[in-house]
Order: sequence, then C-alpha cells, then structure tokens
Amino acid sequence: MGRLIDRAAPLTLVALLLMAWEIACRALHVPAYFLPPPSRVATALLADLPTLAQAAWRTLAVALAALVIASLTAQLLAVLIGLHPLLERAVRPLASIIQVTPVVAIAPLVLIWAGIDHPERAIVALAVLVAFFPIFSGAVTGLRAADPDLERLFDLYGASRWRRVTRLRLPSAVPFLLEGHKVGAGLAIIGAVVAEFGAGSGGVRGLAWQILDAGNKLQTDRMIAALAVLGVMGVAFHGLLEAVERVGLRWWRGR
Amino acid sequence: MSVAALKAVEVDYRGRGRALGPFSLTLAPGEIVALVGPSGCGKSTAMRLLAGLEAPSRGEVIRTPGRGETAVVFQAPTLAPWLSARANASLPLELAGVDRKLASRRADEALARVGLAGSETARPAQLSGGMAMRVSLARALVTEPRLLLLDEPFAALDEITRRALADDVLQLWSQARPAIVFVTHNVEEAVYMASRVVVMTPGPGRMAGEVEVTGPVPRPPGFRTTVEFRATAERVSQLLATAGAQWVA
Repeated sequence: MGRLIDRAAPLTLVALLLMAWEIACRALHVPAYFLPPPSRVATALLADLPTLAQAAWRTLAVALAALVIASLTAQLLAVLIGLHPLLERAVRPLASIIQVTPVVAIAPLVLIWAGIDHPERAIVALAVLVAFFPIFSGAVTGLRAADPDLERLFDLYGASRWRRVTRLRLPSAVPFLLEGHKVGAGLAIIGAVVAEFGAGSGGVRGLAWQILDAGNKLQTDRMIAALAVLGVMGVAFHGLLEAVERVGLRWWRGR
Repeated sequence: MSVAALKAVEVDYRGRGRALGPFSLTLAPGEIVALVGPSGCGKSTAMRLLAGLEAPSRGEVIRTPGRGETAVVFQAPTLAPWLSARANASLPLELAGVDRKLASRRADEALARVGLAGSETARPAQLSGGMAMRVSLARALVTEPRLLLLDEPFAALDEITRRALADDVLQLWSQARPAIVFVTHNVEEAVYMASRVVVMTPGPGRMAGEVEVTGPVPRPPGFRTTVEFRATAERVSQLLATAGAQWVA
C-alpha cells in the first residue's frame, strides 16, 4: 500500500501541474505560439508520433554508437596507461583539457572536419568525446583499485604484467567500469542532442533537429512534444542502465 | 640448513623513518615461529622481507624457497570477489602456469583439506569470515609451500573461530611440515601456535627475547590450561612488558 502511494505521488504531481497549466492557458488566453496548453501538445504529439519516434531512434542510435566507440577506446587507453605509468602522466593533462572544453565549442570545428556531406559522423564523434571521460576515469581509477594484498600475492607468484591486468586489475575495475558506463551513456545522449543543435538544420534529423525545425516555424506545441519524447527516452534509457549496473554488480559479487 | 633468514636487517621508509631493525631471525625447516610485538613494531615488514616482497635498506635476507614455494596469508582473507572459492584457491597454480584442469583439481583438494568440500563454487560474499579465511588458507597451501607466512590471519575473527582455525593450521602443518612464521599481537595465540616465540620491541622492532614452547604439536585438548602453557605465556608477556617499558622510559 505504502509503495503504491510512493509510486503514485510523482504521477499525481505531474497530473496536477498539467492541469494547472491547462487551466492557466485557457483562463489567461495565452497565445498558442507562446505557450500552448498541454491538450494541444498532446494532439501535436499524437499527430507527429511516427516522425518523433523515428527522430528519437536516430538520436538514440547516435548515442549508442558513440557509447560503444567511447567504451572501447577509453578502456583500451586506460589499460595502456595502467601498463606504463609514464604514459598516464603524459595523457592526463591533455585529457583534462578536452574534458573541460564544452562540446558546443568544439562542435563547429568537428563539423568542418567531418565534411558537409557527413554531419552524422561529426555528431557521433562529439557524443564520443562526451561519453569518453566518465568511462576513462572510471577505468583508470578502477585499474588502480585492486586490493594491495592481492597485488602482493601476484608479486609473490611472479605474475607477468599482462596477467596482472587481465586477472586482477580489470576484474577489480568492474564496479568502476559499470558506474562509468552508466554515466557515460547518459552523457552520450546529451552529447548527441547538443551536437545535433551544433550541426543545425543541415544535420541529422534527430530529436534536436525536430525541436529546431519546429522552433523555426514557431510551432511551439511540436517543440514541447519533441522535448517530452526526449525526456521519456532519457528516463527510460537511464532506468535501463541502472538495471544493467545492478545486475552487473550482482554478477560480479556473486550476490 | 635454514629455510629463510634475516641477518641484521634494517628497513627505512621514506617519511616514516626506521620501521624495523636491526633484526635477525633464522628459520629452520618445519619450524613454527611466532613473531609477537606491539602494533607498528615492524612485524608485517619482517614478513614481507621473508616473503621476498620487499628488500631491506641494510642487512641481508636469505631465502631458499623457489618461486611458488612461499605462501602468505594476510590479515583479511583478500579473496577476489569475482572468483569462486575454487578459482581463488587455484589462482597461485594458474599464475605459475599449471594447466587449468589440474589446478582446479588441486584447488578442490586444498579446499577439502581446510574443511570446505562442497563450497567450491561459492563466492567470497557468500562465505562467513571464518570460511573466507579457510579459502585463503587453501590458496596458500595449494602450492605445497616450504615457507608459510601468516600475517595476523585470525585478527578479524571471533574467539571460537580463531581457536578452531588455530588447531586446523597446526593439523595441516603436521601433514607437510612447512616452516611457518606466524605474526600476532596475541600472546596466548603465539604460545599455542609456535614452537618458538620471538618477542619484538616497539617500533622500530628489534629482538626483545625468545621463548621456547615445549609440548606436542598439534596441541592436545586442554593445552591452554596446562601449567607449562600458562608459565610460557607469562614469560612472553613479561618480555613484552619489559621491552615496552624500556621504550617508554
């Protein structure tokens, strides 16, 4: 019973807010191009659903591709760095510089490099850039998080460097990698959306493009409908990743 | 012929100064030596020297066991949480390049010897503290070491479990008779486990004195209540107290 109320509480709040919005729009005669009532947004959403679903899938596909690329490169680089401490000292400052630079600032440059015919490549590259760091720093931290006594045991039995990485450090890093991938995946979606904005109207027709396009036409209801789809997609993706992390941790710990 | 020896070793740590020494210790084959001393006296450092995991700043370490013939059991079980009990126990063999099947079989035998037959597939998280320590012991025994180093292995366990494990370790010792160094700060445990108790001064640890323990190993029931046991424990306590008092003065 208590759980049912807990579940219902946020939904009730959303319903109340939507109701207040609807009533305020009608009572105050707010022009629809400025702020359409939720009922109009819902109509636009239903009418546009096939287009929006396709756009959402495009954005998601970009984010997933970026996640896979970021995951592979980040882990590979982290392992290389783990094998050679000098490399880490060399890479760290560079990595930090790229990390603190906003994607929107890099976007125009990457778009030029990708070429006018391939904006999708630029968008994937930008999303990779954003998703890379949480995975990379998770991997670097995780590779160092092995139990020092277990490290001594590997010393004792004369384990090779490679064995130490594959049999001790990478397995020890799994919880950190799961966390890094969860954060990185969320950022990949944000990166994909931001990059789509950067690419502008010539870009990939993902959700951000839908928002831009509707905005240019002053179709505020379509803008909000696309935003709603983006929000739902983000929540669903995040929930999925949390579940993956939970299952992964249970598998790793054996409990 | 000694299994391992420390000859006037000193260990300095940067920023911390002298951690151990000068300290000397010679281990005969099959001998059980307990190292007793207050926290921070360098017991664990002496252990790492004997294991060959560290080099002394001065002095000499002599080790005859080859690779894989030294085993260490740490304060905590230090098992890999992602591996089953069997995989944890077979790890030393695997690192030594032993065939995986054979390693698993020998790991199962080692687990059976420490009383864990049937728990081969359990993960460390599913084991109690005592059982996890037994897996750690099985991992140490799986290579049939000539030198077994136990660094306060029962520190985190309750009294009943640690007594049971102490008897088990002595029982296991009687089968293959490795030389054992047992680090502890518990006087009674030291006297119960060892044939020779080496008392160390507060850090940087030096030898404060040595006490021979007579009596059969493994210990017969009621050994803790015998007059010899009490008298020996008292001698060790007094050595510890004198060493500590000199340090304070």
